Amino acid sequence: MDSVGTRASARPYARPPEGSQPPSLYEPYRATIKRAPLKPLVVLPHTLSEVTGPIFGHDRVGESDNDLTCQHPGEPIGERIIVSGRVLDSHGEPLPNALIEIWQANSAGRYRHIRDQHPAPLDPNFTGAGRTLTDEHGAYRFITIKPGAYPWLNHYNAWRPAHIHFSVFGTAFISRLVTQMYFPGDPLFAYDPIFQSIPDERARQRLISKFDLETTQPEWAKGFKFDIVLRGPEATPFET
Amino acid sequence: MKPDTDLVPTPSQTVGPFFAIELTTVEHCVQCVAGPQAEGERVCLTFRVVDGEGVPVDDAMLEIWQADSNGKYNHPEDAQAKKLEPGWMGFGRVATGEDGTCVLETIRPGRVTQSASPQAPHLTVGVFARGMLKQLYTRVYFAGNAANEEDPILQLVPSERRGTLLARADPARPGYWSFDIRLQGDLETVFFDV
Ligand SMILES: [Fe+3]
Repeated sequence: MDSVGTRASARPYARPPEGSQPPSLYEPYRATIKRAPLKPLVVLPHTLSEVTGPIFGHDRVGESDNDLTCQHPGEPIGERIIVSGRVLDSHGEPLPNALIEIWQANSAGRYRHIRDQHPAPLDPNFTGAGRTLTDEHGAYRFITIKPGAYPWLNHYNAWRPAHIHFSVFGTAFISRLVTQMYFPGDPLFAYDPIFQSIPDERARQRLISKFDLETTQPEWAKGFKFDIVLRGPEATPFET
Repeated sequence: MKPDTDLVPTPSQTVGPFFAIELTTVEHCVQCVAGPQAEGERVCLTFRVVDGEGVPVDDAMLEIWQADSNGKYNHPEDAQAKKLEPGWMGFGRVATGEDGTCVLETIRPGRVTQSASPQAPHLTVGVFARGMLKQLYTRVYFAGNAANEEDPILQLVPSERRGTLLARADPARPGYWSFDIRLQGDLETVFFDV
């Protein structure tokens, strides 16, 4: 196996399989129509600039930043949940020290954001934002409130399925991922163009967390599992 | 090697309109990539993001990744025989305002030389916004730099579109540069399939 020190150029990252990522232009999601590039993208052979990326330390994350229910004097209203899982690369290797940032609506489907005009109540005890670093096994855990579905103006009677936004940094700038985690059995999946934008049905299903009895805590909170896979380096035929 | 057990990367979804409650709060945005003590030529770079109709995109987030003034990245994969500047991180994160602009303070990076053909000084940019199901990648080069002529990535770009990857210096204010990100249209910025 060659070592980093002797490599003359950067080790390329594997490209995701066809259909596993959404296209830039997906007309049912109307905001893509004026924001998707229409000229062909230039295929970029990976250089050091692509396969390196920021490495964050514990100085970026506070002790209880992963508990969205304890950021205010009182408890937020809603269904308490524990969301946990692992961050892996495409070879199944756990990624330690990966920064995960999340944000979400409150249990009534309202964001604490100036542009959210959905006439649902704000919760004085809920900001809806948190962050954590994965541990040495690539594992993470958040305590939060189950977000509500909310309306948006994409089409008549449009409602987003309940979701938590996830932002994850991996080992490279091109393994950077922003996505959304959904909840099992949501009746809105079939009507949501953002969820439906992913062509491959199995890839789409990977965004749905699973109810998990093992991480559920009696008399306290339901557990949901959500594993995240980031792009990893291409396996080289010389590797053993 | 486990070729048959490779996992499919998790699909991307849009950052949406409300990311600012976590990603670009005062504590979590990084407007200053290079602190005042950083070595290198100081650059104040104004980005402007517009959509296919030329309308400013007022809810975009840009992430920036760059090498230090010697062209060295703060990352274990960087095997160049160069010393990393102490304290150098190289990451920036800014959100556009109502006029579609945002400002980044940094230094002009050095040349990255870990390949047969050395790269010209550049910043790598990830563009995120509502209406973008996945981020777009582009690069910022500095107009007028002789090294641009031999940059291996710029050479892959059709010559008539290369100009979209060049930041322009403000002739009236030394150190001030601007870079337009046009998501669509005749002058659409070159985005890369990475
Ligand atoms: Fe949302």
